Amino acid sequence: MSQPLLTVTDLRKSFGALAVTDGVSFDVHDNELHAIIGPNGAGKTTLIHQLSGSLGCDSGTVRLAGGDITRHSMVDRVRLGLARSFQITSILDGFTVIENAAMAVQARSGSSFRFLRPASKERRLNDEAMAALARVKLDDRAQRRAGSLSHGEKRQLEIAIALATGAKLLLLDEPLAGTGHEESAVLVELMRELKTTHTIVLIEHDMDAVFALADRVSVLVYGRLIATGSAAEVRSHPDVRAAYLGEEEEAVRC
Amino acid sequence: MSARTSDLAITGAVPDVAAPRGGRLAGRGTALAALLIFLVLAVLPPVAVAVNDPFLVVTATRIIVFAIAALSLDLVLGYGAMVSFGHAAFLGLGAYAVAILSSHGISDILVQGVVAVAASALFALVTGAISLRTKGVYFIMITLAFGQMAYFFMVSLSAYGGDDGLTLGGRSTLFGLPILKSDFALFYLSLGVLVLAFVGLRALTLSRFGRVLRGTKENPVRMQAIGFQPFAFQLTAYVIAGALAGIAGVLLANQAEFVSPAYMSWQRSGELIVMVVLGGMGTLVGAIGGAIALLLLEDWLAHFSEHWKLGLGVLLVLLVLFTRGGIVGGVARLFGRPRS
Repeated sequence: MSQPLLTVTDLRKSFGALAVTDGVSFDVHDNELHAIIGPNGAGKTTLIHQLSGSLGCDSGTVRLAGGDITRHSMVDRVRLGLARSFQITSILDGFTVIENAAMAVQARSGSSFRFLRPASKERRLNDEAMAALARVKLDDRAQRRAGSLSHGEKRQLEIAIALATGAKLLLLDEPLAGTGHEESAVLVELMRELKTTHTIVLIEHDMDAVFALADRVSVLVYGRLIATGSAAEVRSHPDVRAAYLGEEEEAVRC
Repeated sequence: MSARTSDLAITGAVPDVAAPRGGRLAGRGTALAALLIFLVLAVLPPVAVAVNDPFLVVTATRIIVFAIAALSLDLVLGYGAMVSFGHAAFLGLGAYAVAILSSHGISDILVQGVVAVAASALFALVTGAISLRTKGVYFIMITLAFGQMAYFFMVSLSAYGGDDGLTLGGRSTLFGLPILKSDFALFYLSLGVLVLAFVGLRALTLSRFGRVLRGTKENPVRMQAIGFQPFAFQLTAYVIAGALAGIAGVLLANQAEFVSPAYMSWQRSGELIVMVVLGGMGTLVGAIGGAIALLLLEDWLAHFSEHWKLGLGVLLVLLVLFTRGGIVGGVARLFGRPRS
């Protein structure tokens, strides 16, 4: 098998006596969508903070395409091609939609210590930004102020910004958080399409979405991965059913 | 697509985005307002001659000098969200560069200007690099502390007047010519600097650099998540602002033909903040308007009572309470641009 794009080995992080990340190891291969699920408080968001670099780890390693990035800052990880989205929408409300994406393009396109030319008129930045917006089907909203978008559209913009960074690996932190049924259908379709070109680590509560999209699923409970496998394997895993899925499955059937 | 957001549907196919936030109002409106102010100022000297009130030009020069200083503060305060409470130190450094050099016989304004810019930029680089390690109230306190350090340094520098300040032998020269002896010449030089500063900063805030600065103000975590390290951008803005305030100091020393540590006092820094907030942060033209309004108001209130500062305080409280976005915000609402 080829080298995994992301390798996490025995990652640990404790806050006091509480081990929030307790020996987590997994691989993510190219063009794979790897979902991480788990009940509330399982440490999913902590894990994504560690992967994206906004939170350190006590021990263990994170490797991106073979290179050790465990001690890299968030900024350095983005430059190496690992971008994240936020569970709580984090966009630049006061800027236009296209500027939100163009800013991410700008971050990797030459120096930003340029002081005279209007940035919003830089064609190349805007073209790439539009391409990212088109992939999340927001191109018709390009000139709107980002703060005026609907919640679902803001979630789409979150993803567009991550795309615009040029990252190969996207960490999507509950992209469906707070979305309604129709909005989440749009986002699921979007991620299905993204899978063709990007490697994705998806943290998500919505089990329908996870089982529809994921090539592999890892289940995180109290900071430990208790199972990793295909959707079907994880679904039938007894520990998983006990820890987490049972209630959800029933809810889905209703 | 509600009507409320219709003003955001901007021009044709090529994105021509009047940078929102900071630039939200910085569209054609503020450029027009600035142009109007510049035009009125430009015709002021002949008018002053016509009404036989030459002191008007002296007052106006002083206002312009503070408008330049306020403009520079708006870059860090309004666009960079850095509440610098020691900004007067840069003004004072610029002024002292003129006074000290001219006391040693170096009176050319270009030389003085270069030294003033170098000194204030260096001071900004060192103090900014340290101050930017802190945030919020701590940033305010540490910039205040650096400002006071500069103030007390000058107080104790008895070779150059210490507490009493230093009277200039005369105004600066240009290539050996005493051009600036004329109040009119100094006025137009100051006005020229103001216009250049405004045009330059406007371009800067819309540039790549300015966009990162504005983005960092709005959401620093997001900016890091797409690969920007805010520190370098904030520090650069701080240095640019410091250098520009230093230039204002050069003009101030020439206008007053006197320098004193009082230029660097924290009250002076506070006044600059009031100018920017009063006019409307992050609009540039607001800083100019705020400087004009505050200094005129001070003059006007001083006619009524020696306790004029009390009246000023009351007025400022009312303005802050009842006009969001300062003068620029108020005017923008007057002209019916409702904003959510």
